[in-house]
Amino acid sequence: MTKETIKAGAWGIAVTVALAVLIIVGSRNLAHFDAALVAYTFATLFAAFGITYRYAMWLQRPPTALYWKRGWQVFLRPQYLARNIATWFKRVTGDMALNHFIARRGALRWSAHMLIMWGCIIAIAITFPLVYGWIHFETLPNDTEWYRAYLFGFPTFAFPIHSLMGFLIFHGLVWASFLVIAGVMLAMRRRMRDHGAAAVQQFAEDFLPIILLFAISVTGLMLTASYTWMRGYAYDFLAILHAITVIFTLLWLPFGKFFHIFQRPAQLGVSFYKDIGALEDHAHCRRCGEAFASRMHVEDLIEVERKLGFRYEMANEAGHYQWICPRCRRAMLALAQGRMWRGESQI
Amino acid sequence: MAVPSHLEFFVDPNRCIGCKACVQACSECDTHKGYPMIHLEYIDRAHSVQTVPVICMHCDQPTCAEVCPADAIKRTGDGVVQSARKPRCIACNNCVIACPFGVPKMETGFKLMMKCDMCYDRSSAGLKPMCAAVCPSGALFYGTREQIEQSRPRSQAVKKFQFGGQTITTKVNMMTPKVASAEYLDVTAAMDEQTIGKEITFNILDAASGY
Repeated sequence: MTKETIKAGAWGIAVTVALAVLIIVGSRNLAHFDAALVAYTFATLFAAFGITYRYAMWLQRPPTALYWKRGWQVFLRPQYLARNIATWFKRVTGDMALNHFIARRGALRWSAHMLIMWGCIIAIAITFPLVYGWIHFETLPNDTEWYRAYLFGFPTFAFPIHSLMGFLIFHGLVWASFLVIAGVMLAMRRRMRDHGAAAVQQFAEDFLPIILLFAISVTGLMLTASYTWMRGYAYDFLAILHAITVIFTLLWLPFGKFFHIFQRPAQLGVSFYKDIGALEDHAHCRRCGEAFASRMHVEDLIEVERKLGFRYEMANEAGHYQWICPRCRRAMLALAQGRMWRGESQI
Repeated sequence: MAVPSHLEFFVDPNRCIGCKACVQACSECDTHKGYPMIHLEYIDRAHSVQTVPVICMHCDQPTCAEVCPADAIKRTGDGVVQSARKPRCIACNNCVIACPFGVPKMETGFKLMMKCDMCYDRSSAGLKPMCAAVCPSGALFYGTREQIEQSRPRSQAVKKFQFGGQTITTKVNMMTPKVASAEYLDVTAAMDEQTIGKEITFNILDAASGY
């Protein structure tokens, strides 16, 4: 085993143990833990280990490690901190919550992503705390028509069971599944009709995630249909079928496309790195003299390339090929080729 | 589907006439609709009309993919380096600055790196990439090795490039003179090279007469 895998494994175990402790503490020594949901609990614990392990391995790649460190350094620089915090809120809202950058890629893609993302967020916000016993409901001692919600065992708001609010709360997963199914339909439509997507898509990477989300949503709705309109017909079978779809998805989280949920926030760190880089020293091309990137970025990239084993060092005054701008690199390619032909014509 | 192994890409910048047909055609590719990924570069516009079309050379060990912190750039089994995977790319610009050929483009609004993928929707179906399909001068040629050897007997295809101390091998070929018997093209050796035509003067002003 390499040093990296041991480190990642240790992080995985630490996070898994921490989550297990939080489940025990948050459910008041399992007093509010529903034993029927134990399979879901173990699936989330496995997912926590897998995600943390992969994340830790990812963070140890030379480029990721460097930009992770730099992202935090530039974000926390005292002279930029206030501005960075304000920008952070703006970007979390615009890029993360509203997916503005996906909207620019296309309305269909944005609609699909927003529906799936918010459907999943609502479903996760409801199911995970319920499975862990962090949230439970009790009838009021003096009125069995009212429920009170408890968070980590602490009483919060109460509401009448047969009310609009009760209806909305108890059917939270139904609303979430409506969003996910609509998003999955749009995503599937794009994948089946878009020639560009068809050329590069793969079953495991692109179709399986949306099939899994569809399966979870439909089997979940079937449970609701069974107990609402069919007097619990085939409920046990449907419950097992739903559990299988959910558990498979949880186990798949660290491996497939869903891992981007955990990687994507790195975009925020990168945006601050670029912001601060633009305010500070620029790198000037050592061939044409034009500014083409931040000096910090070029120096960091040279360090990353050396760690990766690339040897772009140049013997002349340029020092390193990284100090040549992309435009000059393209020009040099043609000039190098033309130089050879000119040599040939002189023979 | 994969790109057929008997079909290869051959680039000969010396033949480029700067017509930009490749740029227009490139933007019709379904994998990056409306956004041309080819670079049609003037070498030194003030002195010459020399141009160079630059497509992705599809390196065997792509620097862009290696330096990507998000692990978003993948090379398919047929040797084509694909555009960054949309869910993963975090728009850091590393690939743009690191590529030795200066190929990737950053679409800032999309927060996405996009690059030439050899028109994968076409080439994986056995068709020519858009740019090679329309290039009138043969600067961009896509076909079999036999075809290029037959049509350009004075040329030799090279797929090895030198950048300082780094050797990069690629899937795409660059045409060089056969007589040179070059194993590789030394790109950084052209650091101080001037564009063709820069030495041409019109002798309107005679330095000896004091002008």
